[in-house]
Parts: sequence; C-alpha cells; structure tokens
Amino acid sequence: MTTGQVRVAGSRRAAVSGWSGRAIAGVATTVFVLFFLIPILWLLLASTKNARELIVGHPFAPGSAGAFADNWDQLFGFGDGEVTTWIGNSALYATGALVITLIASIPAGYAMALTRFRFRRLLLILTLVVMLIPNTALVLPIFLELNTIGLIGSPLSVILPMSFFPFGVYLTYIYFSTSIPRDLLAAARVDGCGEFQVFAKVALPLAAPIVALVAFFSFVQSWNNFFLPFVMLPSSDGYPIQVGLTSLLASTPAFNPSSAGTQSIQLPTLALATVISVLPVLIVFLFAQRFLIAGMTAGGTKE
Amino acid sequence: MTTVDEDARRTVTPHRPPAVRRPGDVRSATSYAFIALYVLLTVAFGILPMLYAVYLAFTTGEGGFAGLANFTRVAGDFRFLPAVGHVAFYLLLWLVSLVLLVTLLALIVHTIRWRWLSGTLRLIFYLPGALAGASSVLLWLFVLDPTASPVGGLLRSLGLASFVQVIMPAHLPPIFAIIAFWAGAGGWIVIMYGALNNISPDVIEAARIDGAGTLQIAWRIQLPLLRKWISYMGIMSLAAGTQLFVEPQLLSQASNAVVPNDYSLNQLAYQYAFQQNDFNGAAAISLLLLVVALALSAFFVLRGGLFETD
Repeated sequence: MTTGQVRVAGSRRAAVSGWSGRAIAGVATTVFVLFFLIPILWLLLASTKNARELIVGHPFAPGSAGAFADNWDQLFGFGDGEVTTWIGNSALYATGALVITLIASIPAGYAMALTRFRFRRLLLILTLVVMLIPNTALVLPIFLELNTIGLIGSPLSVILPMSFFPFGVYLTYIYFSTSIPRDLLAAARVDGCGEFQVFAKVALPLAAPIVALVAFFSFVQSWNNFFLPFVMLPSSDGYPIQVGLTSLLASTPAFNPSSAGTQSIQLPTLALATVISVLPVLIVFLFAQRFLIAGMTAGGTKE
Repeated sequence: MTTVDEDARRTVTPHRPPAVRRPGDVRSATSYAFIALYVLLTVAFGILPMLYAVYLAFTTGEGGFAGLANFTRVAGDFRFLPAVGHVAFYLLLWLVSLVLLVTLLALIVHTIRWRWLSGTLRLIFYLPGALAGASSVLLWLFVLDPTASPVGGLLRSLGLASFVQVIMPAHLPPIFAIIAFWAGAGGWIVIMYGALNNISPDVIEAARIDGAGTLQIAWRIQLPLLRKWISYMGIMSLAAGTQLFVEPQLLSQASNAVVPNDYSLNQLAYQYAFQQNDFNGAAAISLLLLVVALALSAFFVLRGGLFETD
C-alpha cells in the first residue's frame, strides 16, 4: 500500500492518503457494509412476500401488502394466538426485570460512589467480576438452585435473575462518581437533609440520564435473553418471544420436514416472526443510538 | 428501615480502625439500606448459585461426597472431548477474525473525515447487535439456506446446493463464528472507535510532522494505545464464546439433528440436567465453564487496568 507524504497539515486525523490506500479501505468498508446490512434488509423484505416469491423471485424485490397481511394472519393465528402471548410474556419479563433493576441498582451505585461503608471495595470488585462473566455462565447454576425451592416455571424464575444486573450498578457508580460534585451533597447535609433526602432530593433528580441508560440496557438484555427462559420455563404458555421462535422453527416444514401438518409455518411467516421478535430492541437501537454508545464507552474509564 | 440500620451497626466491629475518609464522604448506616436489595440479588443469583453448583459438583445424587467422580464421569463421556474441540475451533476462528477485522474497521472508519459518513457506517456495523440470541440465528438460517438465501448464488458457487450441505459438521465452527461476528462486531467497533478518539490529536499531529504516514501512525501509535481495549475484547469474547449454546441448539432443531444437540459444552450440560436428570454431572460441566469465565474476568478486573476500582 502506498502511503503518501504529508499533505494536509491541518488534519487532526490519520487520513488515508494515496489512491491505492483509499481504494483498499473503500473496498473493505463496502464489503463489510454489505455483510452487515444485506441480511437485515433481506429479512424485512422477506416478510412481505409469499412462500413462492421468496424462493423464485429476486431476493431484493419487495413483496406485496397482501402477502404481508397473509403472513401476519398466519403468524398470529398460530396455536390460537400463542405469538401474542409470547410477546406479552417478553414485555412482562423485560419490564418486571427493568423495574427491579432500577430499584436495586440506582441506590446501590449511588452508595458505592458517594458514601463509605464496610466492604465497599469488595462489593465493587465483585460487581465488576460478575459483570464481566457472560450471563449464560450462571444460568444452569441458577436453575439448579431455583429447582430445589420449586420456583421453576414461575415468571419470577426469569424476572428475579434478570434483575441482578451488575453492569447497571457499575454504570451508575461511574456516573455518580464522575458527574455529581461531592460539595453539592455536603451542602445539602449542612442544610439539614438526612441521607435519604440527600439521595432522593439532590442526587436522584440529577440522575435522569443514567436511569434511562440502565433502563435501556436492562430492557435490551432481558428481551433478548434466550438461555435463561429456555431453561426456566418448561411450558409454552410462559415462553417469551425469543424462545417462542424455536416453536415456530420446529413447525416450519422448510427446515423441519417432519413438521408438515395443520400448524405449519411458511418461511416468510418465520421471517416476519423474526422481525417482530426484534422490533422493540431495533427501535431502541435506532432512536437511542448515541445514548447507548455513550454508555458502552463509559464502561471503561481509565485511559 | 430501622432493622437494616441495626443490622448494619451490628456488623461494624469497634476495634478496627476506621477507613480513611475523603473530604465530603459520609460513612453512614444508611448506605447499607441503599445497597441492601442489590446485595440480596447478588447473593441470591450470583454467589449462592455458584456455591450450590460447587456443592452439587462434588456430591453424589444421594448427597454423599463424590470427590472428583462427577468430573471424571463427564470428562470420560464420549461427547465431552468432541464438544471441547468444537468450542475451541470456533473460538479460534472467532477471536482471530474479531481482533483483526474489528481493529481494521475501527481504524478505517476513524480516518473518514465526513462525520455523517463515519456516523452512518458505525450505525450500520452496530445495528445487527439488536438481533441477539435466537433472532440472529434464525436470520442466518435463512441466509444459509441456498433455496431462500439472498446470497444463494454465492453459496452455490462454493458448491453448497442444499441446507444440509451448508451445515455439514466441518462447516459449523466458521458458520458460528460468522454469526457471532455479525451480531457482535459492531459494538466492539464502536468501542474501539471511542478509544481511538481518546488518543490525543497532538500525538498524531506530531507524528505526521515527523513524516509518519497513515500506516506508520496506525502501527506505531494507534495500535499500541489500543492494546488494552483489544485485550479486553479478546478476553470478554473468549469468556462468552466458551458458553456457545443458542446457535448449535437452534441449528440442531432446524436440521432434524444433523447438527447434534450435544455439540457444545453448555448443550452437554443441558443434556445432563434435562435428559439424564444428572444434576451433579450438569453442575460439574457448568462449574468448569464458570471457573474459566471467572478466572478470565477476575484477571482482567484486577490486572487489566481498564476499570475503576479506586
């Protein structure tokens, strides 16, 4: 690759110079844009086609509103409206976990950042260590634990473990230790506020951005969680949509020839189900992009 | 809340010297009320399950001490070593591609001067992250089925005419690596981009004045300064990758068990618990995976220097 000589002295970035360098970078970028984008675009289009159009038509030709409506009817007619139940379950689990996560992690992150107590550093290190282990690693141990107290199958068996969200505590901790001046809290104390009042009347009103951030991350993680509900909820009435997708997949003759029968699902319908299963999260991603990115990069603070 | 306060006071042993106080810090029993619920959740869904898994892994089904019997039994299982091999091969492909391509793409995107373009590119790379878990696997089932695939022509030109040919055992590690890369790389690109932005422009400027080209700047300045983040990505992805479960599980279901349902270690642990009702064996496998994850994570928290533990 030719790297040209110094050209733009005012540029503050490492600009690629030289046509061949630019060309290679351009080609690489284009290839990866297609790689990341094609599957999503194709999936959106696939949900608007009928089964025949999907196989013989051009992959990127749009289908029709009629075919989309048929897919919709087939999907929501599946098993007497099971899909609606699954979406409702997902919403229940994700919101339930979100509420408990906020109640547990915002005060905890605040206390760890701005107050002193015994084992504070231990709790902080424990939080970090658990935050960095993949959450699937604890699923089977939690199953074995909850199995002994007979909680398997209950919505609580997924909501409570999802509410344990160390990442949220750590984000809150970082926020309070960097964004809230300690003097402000000290002033409130001098004015006669008790510790609860300092938190509720001074810190919490300033914490709106971090509450929203923790809520987003918690919701996305719970909504997308597969392994935990897959293990905890044996009955299909309790499935969230992510696990429900496996039922739909098992009823798709194109992938599972033995399943051809009364309740079969066509490929475009399965595509529609996939779209619907990610829709809430996709919307969050699109509209809160900057926000989420700010949170991800806030994870590590030392430079 | 009085009970919490009382409990808190009781735990404070009087003879220990108090911790060093920073100005503005308040050492108060109320703190224990603030952390109470979180500590409760940590104990219930972090610490207790780990301890219980340890207990199960070292006992027999009747509750007697088993020594290492559970571990030797699962390790001697004819499915165990192949599962380790599958996961290891997948990890190798995934980690190498992740480290190389994420770094490369982050560097390229960072050289783009038009803000709208670099912002759009990051969004495009990041968007698949919304499709985690079962949804992304399902999407890739479509992409990998030559009859329906948007890239059917590409698959056929590689000699893959049917879904069953695509998901031959030898193809699975690269397939899982591609799926994981597709869904996960964007988040890391965004993080690397952030880290690149944190490099002082003056340093780059000085190197440029000294006559360094783009490649030299990337190689001698940006890469060394990114090292911490690259190792963070590598370690986190290694820990996550050992947990492989959804991808083979769904593929097994979609392929009528052409892909076995004990392909990965986590699936094998699941089989032990749910098919064989052998909770001790399941606990032993989970514990092995957990120890790997904990060791990687603890190492990074204590030695990585990326996280604030003051």
